[in-house]
Amino acid sequence: MMTAELAGSQVIIELVYLIASVLFILSLKWMSSPTTARHGIWAGEVGMLLAICGTLLHHGIVDYRLIAIGLVLGTIIGVPLGRVAMTAVPQRTALSHAFGALCVTLVGSAEFYLRAPNISRFMMSVLSLEVILGGLTVTGSLMAAGKLQEILPQRPLTYKGQNLVNLVLLVGALVIAVSLVLHPEARSLFPFMILIALAFGVLLIIPIGGADMPTVISLLNGYAGLSAAAMGFVLDSKLLIIAGALDGSSGLILSIIMSKAMNRSFTNVLFGAFGQVQTSHAAGEEARPVRSATPEEAAAILSAANRVIVVPGYGMAVAQAQHKVRELYDSLSKRGVDVRFAIHPVAGRMPGHMNVLLAEADIPYDRLIEMEEINGDFPQTDVALVIGANDVTNPAARSDASSPIYGMPILDVDKAHTAMVIKRSMNPGFAGIDNPLYYLDNTLMLFGDAKAFVGSIVRELSGGHG
Amino acid sequence: MNSSSNLINALFIFVLAGFIGFEVIRRVSPLLHTPLMSLTNALDAIAVVGAIVLVGEHKSTLSAVFGFIAVVAATSNIVGGFLITDRMLKMFKSSRPAAKPAAK
Repeated sequence: MMTAELAGSQVIIELVYLIASVLFILSLKWMSSPTTARHGIWAGEVGMLLAICGTLLHHGIVDYRLIAIGLVLGTIIGVPLGRVAMTAVPQRTALSHAFGALCVTLVGSAEFYLRAPNISRFMMSVLSLEVILGGLTVTGSLMAAGKLQEILPQRPLTYKGQNLVNLVLLVGALVIAVSLVLHPEARSLFPFMILIALAFGVLLIIPIGGADMPTVISLLNGYAGLSAAAMGFVLDSKLLIIAGALDGSSGLILSIIMSKAMNRSFTNVLFGAFGQVQTSHAAGEEARPVRSATPEEAAAILSAANRVIVVPGYGMAVAQAQHKVRELYDSLSKRGVDVRFAIHPVAGRMPGHMNVLLAEADIPYDRLIEMEEINGDFPQTDVALVIGANDVTNPAARSDASSPIYGMPILDVDKAHTAMVIKRSMNPGFAGIDNPLYYLDNTLMLFGDAKAFVGSIVRELSGGHG
Repeated sequence: MNSSSNLINALFIFVLAGFIGFEVIRRVSPLLHTPLMSLTNALDAIAVVGAIVLVGEHKSTLSAVFGFIAVVAATSNIVGGFLITDRMLKMFKSSRPAAKPAAK
């Protein structure tokens, strides 16, 4: 890398990169509000286009044909990935973390073989960091995508000594990295470092259950960003360092928000201790009586209400009920009922998952309220309607110190005058934690498929008073 | 090779960009966390510039092959990431102006 004097074209390239960096920062800044967010995409696209065109001016490039083929092929793959259904967004996101990390890992590996053994210690350390983080993000994200797409079993798989195995692998990768830093001529060690990182990524995600996915996806996002920043150090590219740092901090901030929303410490999450087996608790209590209601009764209670808060969860996404929920929202709003939606940070399978689904169903975003903001309103609410959410409404998190989710911030659904819960059956949810909400006197259970049940309520509402 | 001063420069950039990232992203509405993630994903695919140089310089077969796959992977992220972010953001609408009669 020449540092003494930059060639003319090199100066132009660097200036173009500077403009691209500014556009990237503006792009994220404009994401602060839905009204400016679409400018953000524009800024990002222009920045990206500039950066790619600038790179093509690079004086060392001799083969444009292969680049062109790669760009076209990538576009052909990218377009369908940009057109997936909104319900498939979590797995699409995980897949794109894998692609991003794959790019970084491959470039890092190629750079190693081009340079070693003429590689400084610091450079080799950064390069190791790049490919280890990149490698584990590739397989980790593929595993996460597989679980979200339900190609792989969603249940967390745990075995004895899991943490020990992971620790040994991680230490192994670090030992190889240190050996390479000290002896970069030992090129045959390099593939083993990559292999260990890939295996580590698989093992890291194996014990993760669906409920932990929002944290895990955020964390993988952060890893992908950090590995890209490390690649920027290796290639001496300021643009890449900046983009990687932005992506890395975004992923880390989201992981912190998600782990707080699940009452896990951030270090607990960072070191892969998430997804511990949550042992089934209070199994004997399931025979307690519950009160249930029919769609007609539910419709009558809802139409008599002044204030309704809907609490959506992953079950709504699974049942594809969001469009029926919109019809319910329209129908109730028309009758003058104030309907709002309470969004728990970890509802769904990725950060913001519920917002996207409800926005897709045309529910205005100013009706979607965050947990901290809406929690105080439950006592003045006539009906809280829970659709496909479970753990985020579990009052045991507030009161029962023996509960696995004790301390997790929840939506205070039980404080509403009436809580109605749409649920398939009394089977405890995925995490196997019993929910005392269901046995309260002011709770009505609405048994059935979320989409079908909301549909019948809507029919009742429109049938009754036209 | 004047690498140590380069590395110090790079560290400065990394730390400062990280700070900007924290400050900017802290202000992103939780409403938009999903599109934020797909947008940062697209921006992160700027790693394509490294891959492009690798392919273009064609210093070895291995570097060209790895670089080629990397260009494809990153480009699909750029295209797919911007597309889906745009689709998501288009869906976010404020309360409809007049209470639209929900035809049934």
